[in-house]
Amino acid sequence: MADRNASVQILDGNRAAAIGATLSRVQVVAAYPITPQSPVTETLSEFVEEGNLNAEYVAVESEHSALAVCTSASIVGARTFTATSSHGLAYMHEMLHWVAGTRLPVVLACVNRAIGAPWNVLNDQQDSISQRDTGWIQIYARNNQEILDSVIQAYKIAETVYVPVMVCYDGYILSHTEMPVDIPLQEDVDRFLPPYKPHTTLDPAKPRNYNLVTLANPRVNAEGVLCHGYMEIRYLLQEALQNSRGTIARVGQEFGELFGRSYAKMFWEDRLDDADIVIVAMGSLAMEATVAADMLREEGHKAGVLGLRVFRPFPKSDLVKALKKSRLIVVFDKNISYGLEGATCSEIKSALYGSGANAVVRNFIVGLGGRDVKARELADAVKKSLSSMKEGVLNNEYPEWICEI
Amino acid sequence: MGTRECKHICGESSQGIGEAGRTGEWRSARPVIDHDKCTPARQNKPACFLCWLYCPDAVISKTIPVQINLEYCKGCEICAQVCPTHAITMVNEEEFSS
Repeated sequence: MADRNASVQILDGNRAAAIGATLSRVQVVAAYPITPQSPVTETLSEFVEEGNLNAEYVAVESEHSALAVCTSASIVGARTFTATSSHGLAYMHEMLHWVAGTRLPVVLACVNRAIGAPWNVLNDQQDSISQRDTGWIQIYARNNQEILDSVIQAYKIAETVYVPVMVCYDGYILSHTEMPVDIPLQEDVDRFLPPYKPHTTLDPAKPRNYNLVTLANPRVNAEGVLCHGYMEIRYLLQEALQNSRGTIARVGQEFGELFGRSYAKMFWEDRLDDADIVIVAMGSLAMEATVAADMLREEGHKAGVLGLRVFRPFPKSDLVKALKKSRLIVVFDKNISYGLEGATCSEIKSALYGSGANAVVRNFIVGLGGRDVKARELADAVKKSLSSMKEGVLNNEYPEWICEI
Repeated sequence: MGTRECKHICGESSQGIGEAGRTGEWRSARPVIDHDKCTPARQNKPACFLCWLYCPDAVISKTIPVQINLEYCKGCEICAQVCPTHAITMVNEEEFSS
């Protein structure tokens, strides 16, 4: 870490995440190793051991405990970090709800990996998509620079709106692939990210209970103040996520002003200005889609890419604006909501409802369990969709799969 | 006026009796203290108070004599179980209904 202040280093995604957490001056790290996330925990424990990160590293016996430690530490005022993948995230499921329900600004790096059965350690996004409804903000990175930048921004977002943030990046494709990453100076990060101010109070002179059994209806507390029932607390979580879009954009813009890389938009746009065919993908797949768009452009098609960055809160109205001119939207999902279709496709169709858009939407399930996704395959899927457009069916019942069944 | 005024953003409360609300009509038995057996009353000294210490809903007073707030008491019987002089008896609610 002596060379931490060098401006550009060749880093894999896991090290980028660990450095992002370190630059954010995390105070408590609790994590349990799992492939492909393990190097994040190893790197952070090294940083703590070498004295380069002034944090408490809590070795725990499970992912459930890891997030339980972060919950306790966060509620007493510490900035906390954890990382996991796949089955580890599934094992955290209960605590994900506790963290969001308590409105604790925990940041979690999810290294996206397929989930069993059958066993598979390679990449897809089924793990984090399966946690979609736990009340966490979800940000997906396309490359290792975005991993580091997103972790730092995640703290500022989380500690402003008091909603936890999951920074998701593709296992192996990013976690174990090295690429140049511009590392901000510590003093600049300090200027960007003020110390954490908890909304919870821990003061023996003013004792408070948190998360006791909360009844269905509001009731008056010991001081005569009418307090929330369960439903009001849930409403506030939804309201916080709805309102977080403004904060995410503002924080992304401030980051750009300080570090030269702007994250003011909820999604990345590539050649959407004149595109009537839009490829939608999330995470590193958005980069592959750009190569597919190059191929389609060479073949005379006006193709562009919309790379989803923020999946929760879902940027409905911004998306509708960006997709206004498209007549064909091809959504590639590295996840499947069994019995329906890919999750991002459902969200996009729901956003378009009532907007007057008349675009054909096609959904392809790709890259599950580490299946290689080639740009050529994406381009061919778009061309196949173009020919099916002539049938006039806007919305297919079920997605197509790019596999060899 | 809604609940926003409380300014909480998660489940939060301050200490007070009856955290779980007024008991209502569902309690099946209530604790009745025999002050001839209860240590603080018998000795007229602040002593014992195990019932006060163990009560999970904080409805028992640390006074002489000890008093139980039946509006919030859930009838859990812990006070009767921990009383070393067996001064507390659980009496069926039916006996009080008239």
